[in-house]
Amino acid sequence: MNRKNFLNVAGWFAFFGFIATATVGALRLMVPRVLYEQPSAFKAGFPSDYVVGEVNEKYKDEYRVWIVREAEGFYALLAICTHLGCTPRWLPAEIKFKCPCHGSGYHKDGINFEGPTPRPLERLKITLADDGQILVDRNVKFLYEKQEWSKPDAFLKYTG
Amino acid sequence: MLGLFDTMREKMQQTEVYKSIFRHTYQDTQRNRALQILDNVFLHLHPVRITRHATNIGFTWGMGGITFLLFIVLTITGVILMFYYRPAAEYAYDDMKYLMNDVAFGPLMRNMHRWAAHAMVITVMLHMFRVFLTGSYKPPRQFNWVVGVFLLTLTLFLSFTGYLLPWDQLAIWAVTVGTNMARATPFLGHEGPFGAELGMRIDNDVRFVLLGGTQVGPPTLLRFYVLHCIFLPLIGAVLMAVHFWRIRKDGGISGPDVTSKKA
Repeated sequence: MNRKNFLNVAGWFAFFGFIATATVGALRLMVPRVLYEQPSAFKAGFPSDYVVGEVNEKYKDEYRVWIVREAEGFYALLAICTHLGCTPRWLPAEIKFKCPCHGSGYHKDGINFEGPTPRPLERLKITLADDGQILVDRNVKFLYEKQEWSKPDAFLKYTG
Repeated sequence: MLGLFDTMREKMQQTEVYKSIFRHTYQDTQRNRALQILDNVFLHLHPVRITRHATNIGFTWGMGGITFLLFIVLTITGVILMFYYRPAAEYAYDDMKYLMNDVAFGPLMRNMHRWAAHAMVITVMLHMFRVFLTGSYKPPRQFNWVVGVFLLTLTLFLSFTGYLLPWDQLAIWAVTVGTNMARATPFLGHEGPFGAELGMRIDNDVRFVLLGGTQVGPPTLLRFYVLHCIFLPLIGAVLMAVHFWRIRKDGGISGPDVTSKKA
């Protein structure tokens, strides 16, 4: 490689290097580091605050989560319709979740039974925090169709 | 009176200023008419001459031209709307209501923008349909068809990003539903094929970058606003220039095949 070739290669290397670096930088800039959103995990009071059989809507507005108390314990349902992402409503008289957008319906356990949705509602990680409160993490999901509802954190055992 | 007007026009055309802007006279010769087109930055994208059939509306439907006209309408009304609209969650909806209720000619501008946007999507489709029916995508026009496909997607993206800006329930939920599709993007979406294997999560995939968050929120409004008003129209304008220029380079506007049958 003579001097002229070297300068040629170095010039193109610098040019494309600059373009590539600038592109990577611009793409990285588009990924925010700070989110002004609700934290993904939240505490939902003490287990004894809940009545057996209830679908608790206290955390629906803020976190889009229903907390359901059964005789054996708790599970948390994400209030996002698995059809196209609207927020379903809990209809106590009909004992079902009903989406106002396209009419998808789910049983109390989250299993779909009517409307266009192809799959059940998603359950969230539900555990007990150190202070004894219920802790729900919206970032950890359990999908029925992947047989994940039987995993330990998908259901909080509590009979007290 | 007319004589006075003619004299004034001739005087004006002889001034240094006029001649520095317009190089050619109105002399009706083939050469001069061609030069007038060629030396004008706006007209030079157009062919200097067109064939007789190019003016036949029955063949072209004029859909490409109508689409471009609508783009100009949208640009002008859009810029006017920008004088009152602030793309922040606290203001956006109120500014839209202000435009519709208290700004002089505000409703006219916003409705023109809305209807022209709907119409543009339709005319782009019809233009594409016509090009397909007349076989105008065939060589040597393959490249221009591809440019057209990019322009179609840009039109749809412009339509989609503009949909969010009123910041009402319809806008937020429509965009929520629409952007949920991005979750299923192959490789780059956290619910798409190979997404999880590549480490995609809800807070680092392509949908997250598009929304500026894990859900449609104030950062999404700002992002869509910038895309809608700056980024997409800019790319669209460049591609349109290429699109129009290529028509000429690919042998002018396509017409009926006059070689195969005696017309």
